Amino acid sequence: MRTPVLGLIALILTALGSLGQRAAAQPLIADLSDHVIAIEADFTGDEVVLFGAIGQPGDVVVTVAGPDRSILVRRQEPVGGIWMNREAIRFDDVPSFYAAAASAELASLGPPVMRERHRLGVASLALRPADPAVDPETAAAFRAALVRQMQKDGLYGQRPGVVQFLGSSLFRTTIAFPSTLPTGAYTIAVYLIADGAVVAAQTTPLLVSKSGFMNELFLFSRRHAVAYGIACVVIAVLAGWLSSLVFRRA
Amino acid sequence: MLQLYLPIAELSVSLPLILLMGAAVGVLSGIFGVGGGFLMTPLLIFVGIPPAIAVGTQANQLVAASVSGVLAHWRRRNVDFTLGLVMLTGSALGTVIGVWLFSLLKRLGQIDLVISLSYVLFLGVIGGLMLIEATRALRRRYRPSARPPRRHHHSWLHHLPFRMRFPRSGLYMSALLPLGIGFLGGVLVAIMGIGGGFFLVPAMIYLIGMPAKLVPGTSLFQIIFSTAIATLLHATVNHTVDFALALLLLLGGVFGAQWGTRIAGHLSPEIGRLSLAILVLAVGLVLLIQLVLPPADPFSLTLVER
Repeated sequence: MRTPVLGLIALILTALGSLGQRAAAQPLIADLSDHVIAIEADFTGDEVVLFGAIGQPGDVVVTVAGPDRSILVRRQEPVGGIWMNREAIRFDDVPSFYAAAASAELASLGPPVMRERHRLGVASLALRPADPAVDPETAAAFRAALVRQMQKDGLYGQRPGVVQFLGSSLFRTTIAFPSTLPTGAYTIAVYLIADGAVVAAQTTPLLVSKSGFMNELFLFSRRHAVAYGIACVVIAVLAGWLSSLVFRRA
Repeated sequence: MLQLYLPIAELSVSLPLILLMGAAVGVLSGIFGVGGGFLMTPLLIFVGIPPAIAVGTQANQLVAASVSGVLAHWRRRNVDFTLGLVMLTGSALGTVIGVWLFSLLKRLGQIDLVISLSYVLFLGVIGGLMLIEATRALRRRYRPSARPPRRHHHSWLHHLPFRMRFPRSGLYMSALLPLGIGFLGGVLVAIMGIGGGFFLVPAMIYLIGMPAKLVPGTSLFQIIFSTAIATLLHATVNHTVDFALALLLLLGGVFGAQWGTRIAGHLSPEIGRLSLAILVLAVGLVLLIQLVLPPADPFSLTLVER
């Protein structure tokens, strides 16, 4: 994503050429400016442009979901004057990243059932405690906290982004990713919605992976943990010895 | 702002900020002759590094700092290797148990609390004792008539079984005493990410009663091994050593420490100890306040490894 504007123009031109004839036949076509986000040493976040065309009138919703994780939500309570973690509830199948963008207000596009089925918007994510015995009130409080914390960390969108229409059929949206982006396979889903129902849908993959030296270091630390630990110690000993040598001369 | 993505912590930090922190703590450690881990770990947590990674990485950084420090003392022959070896036997054991305790507490979700509580407890007690000692020393300086303190007194601790001779320090005492102090030091390295100098140094002076000039070198000698073991174990068991971060802290710290050592030359030891005592107490107090005040959000998230 070095030259987003130029890239976008080129992509839209090709899209126009090939989509033009097919758009009438296919209700929805979309693609990304980049299918891979590489996290390197200087990574501070990234942006990916999604563009496409619709073949019939309607609204467009784009959702981005990171790989599912299990997350433990803990609540602190005062114990003897000190705040400590007490109750903990596990949530399974929690998207590690989630963002949505729409061409209209999400709530106006269709009934809650439809929004929940397609996970349209943070409020429609099916986040339930792994243990079904948790009482609904507690579950709701912990779910709200989960969403709040993910939003604070920039992993869940605060509010839906905007899908812009360029003319009547072409659309685009920009998806921003923070530096704390979890790695893994992401799914980007594009929905064409008309009269409160999904008319067409398309998913496209996005791979987020560490690359370069930092990735090598990470993989080494996981695959050869003992060797990594020994290397950390040896290099630290050498560095300490070297620094004492340098400053002794000075 | 120059940013660097940390591979293990999995977040991006400001490069100048980390270097500056390393240098600032380095200056203080140079002035006071302590490792500075007790300042660095809370600082790292404060800038957003997860506590577990702050502790593991700090242990790695301290290996280099203590090697560099011990060499200077070794050149002046100020290391009691016999005593150091006994202590490091204890600290090796303490480190292993400490890392095991660390991963247990991490699973229970209480590691952050235990890290903070240990800090409050140790900083409070040691800082308080140092404050009392330093004010007494200052008073003595202005009232020379006052009786000088007794340097070396035998307590029941020295008469425990397994007594052995430590010729360099001129001591004959139970090996259990340095072994026990080393053990506690090892636990501190593993759980708090500190070398433990601020605990070991007073313990070696007041409990063991060894000559003061041998204390820093011997404690550093022993810290090399406890921090090395802690690094190795944290890297293999907990995956919490971020080498890129350790290297940055090291770089800043090495230069900072040289500066600090020069400043220390112009500072009277009593004033130095008094300032250190106040600094230690202040850090402890800040951490205590954080534990007592209601948190902004009582909820927190932890990723469950599958």
